[in-house]
Amino acid sequence: MKFQGTKQYVATEDLKIAVNAALTLEKPLLVKGEPGTGKTMLAVEVAKALGMRLVEWHVKSTTKASQGLYEYDAVSRLRDSQLGNEKVSDIANYIKKGKLWDAFTADERVVLLVDEIDKADIEFPNDLLQELDRMEFYCYELDQTIKAKHRPLVIITSNNEKDLPDAFLRRCFFHFITFPDRDVLEKIINIHIPKIKKKLIKDSLDTFFEVRKVPGLKKKPSTSELVDWLKLLVSDDLAQEILTSKQSNLVPPLYGALLKNEQDVELLQRLAFMAKRDS
Amino acid sequence: MLVNLFNTVKSYGVPVTLREFLDLLNGLDQKLVFADWNKFYFLARTLLVKDEKYFDKFDRAFDIYFRGIKSMDDILKMLIPDDWVRQKFEKELSKEDLEKINSLGGLDKLLEEFKKRLEEQEKAHHGGNKWIGTAGTSPFGNAGQHPNGMRVGGKSNKGMAAKVWEERQFQNLDDSLQLGTRNIKIALRKLRKMTRTSDRWEFNLDGTIKSTAKNAGYLEIEYLREKLNDINLIVFFDVGGSMDPFVKVCEELFSAAKSEFKNLEYYYFHNCIYESVWKDNFRRNENRIPTQSILSKFSKNHKILIVGDASMAPYELTNSGGSIEHWNDESGEKWLKKIQSYFYKTAWLNPVHQDHWDYTSTIRMVSGLMDQKMFPLTIGGISEAVGFLSKRN
Repeated sequence: MKFQGTKQYVATEDLKIAVNAALTLEKPLLVKGEPGTGKTMLAVEVAKALGMRLVEWHVKSTTKASQGLYEYDAVSRLRDSQLGNEKVSDIANYIKKGKLWDAFTADERVVLLVDEIDKADIEFPNDLLQELDRMEFYCYELDQTIKAKHRPLVIITSNNEKDLPDAFLRRCFFHFITFPDRDVLEKIINIHIPKIKKKLIKDSLDTFFEVRKVPGLKKKPSTSELVDWLKLLVSDDLAQEILTSKQSNLVPPLYGALLKNEQDVELLQRLAFMAKRDS
Repeated sequence: MLVNLFNTVKSYGVPVTLREFLDLLNGLDQKLVFADWNKFYFLARTLLVKDEKYFDKFDRAFDIYFRGIKSMDDILKMLIPDDWVRQKFEKELSKEDLEKINSLGGLDKLLEEFKKRLEEQEKAHHGGNKWIGTAGTSPFGNAGQHPNGMRVGGKSNKGMAAKVWEERQFQNLDDSLQLGTRNIKIALRKLRKMTRTSDRWEFNLDGTIKSTAKNAGYLEIEYLREKLNDINLIVFFDVGGSMDPFVKVCEELFSAAKSEFKNLEYYYFHNCIYESVWKDNFRRNENRIPTQSILSKFSKNHKILIVGDASMAPYELTNSGGSIEHWNDESGEKWLKKIQSYFYKTAWLNPVHQDHWDYTSTIRMVSGLMDQKMFPLTIGGISEAVGFLSKRN
């Protein structure tokens, strides 16, 4: 079983190798990269390409590691006991299975996505060490060890908001999605907007790379912004000349799709103004 | 052979352990990659390196290791599997070339010939038209002109893996570099580290309900570590004069710290801290704050970060009256020592490149005053300083 990328997802050679290494050696794969370079999409597409079920665990700042395993709903049990409900005698009724439990007990191999692990508390990854290493955990309430029937392919994404502990990193393989070069970008555009004209791609990529090169941008536009922007351009049916004409080259049309920060927009306008004044 | 790769990578400062190395061997054993340097490089990087900031170090190490392999005379004597050579051949030759090879008796014959000549040849050879070496017209060797020549070692023009790591595209992720607009975000994260060490406790409603329920209805009170940012940071910035080239870096550090620590205190000074500092650079002459009042106002638990190049004339540091702007009764040295000894944790961040510290005598002197807690103003330096500051006493 090998991952070769899909029709909707352009996978570079190094990414394929990383995914296949994780698949073959049964280790979690940690994926980092600029926002908007398709980290979360990767898990979705890998699952699709390999025909495996995808179990998604989206981590938030309040997420606890134990929630991924299971939660014991003591409050409902207390309520049920006061109401004399029969369910109360079996503690298993109050164990809510988490995503890891789900992935471990699945009958076939699944893809487990742990999305944005860096959002959670700094201790979060440490609490998952054993679980990801041995792919098993112990449920105290049921006095039972939950062991993975098939070691799931674990894909973990991080936006680099917090550093991950060494002990955790050592248990993962690591891949850094670099910003795609022109060729790859063209492929991506063609997949997402099939009916786009060649000329528009070329002109917009020129502008796009110009914008990315502007020094001091707080958030450089990335692939997803480029695709959104192009969709806008196509749907607005802007005349192509607008992109190439000198006037608009300074501040690209519909720049709101590319730049998400008012300071960046201001910076770009200021630069454009200076360029105009010089010329 | 791969043990050398492991050692080279390790010696370049990439934290690799045996565990990762075994993973790599295991991966090769499972034929994840086979006979392709490019793919091998990607696989090794995925398995051995766990942070993009080490990519550049890894690239350099890989380059050295790879060159080592290339330059080994022994490589010629290594038994190269036919398949591998054939694959390489077909990749590098055009259709026309392949036809020409056929005219010479086909690939198999060429391979056979190659091996035969390898056995015959005993020493390095350059030029000429038969032996394997460089710049010849024999079909074998490097940089030759024979149309279906076979390259042995050396640099190829196309498709050789060396390109990927020789580009060193991850250079600016290396944390020993000075801060840049992009890297400041990472530094911010390092500062954030110290904000979770609060030792205050607050009432935990959810936990109390849960444990009370578990306890069959008997009240069981739970407490939880408060998430408030308990660390108080005071930053002193050196401004003007020799600090001008570093304005951008300091600005970035300041805005990062400011957004991270709500109760951030900051003061400015010029060259060295004397009896007063100021908060507003435009009104620095009117609104002076006595340094002594800072010492009495804030508790010893405050973390002190001094940002400055510590480059001045030695008398500015050691003599009373040494300041170039006003008359100071007590020397800067004394004031720095006062601050350093009053607060539990004081660190100095220096934007000057660490390699140049030894050329300025006052940098050494200040570093001595700070108990050697002077760190370069780089991502790595900041995280070291933060690590020192956040450690419990």
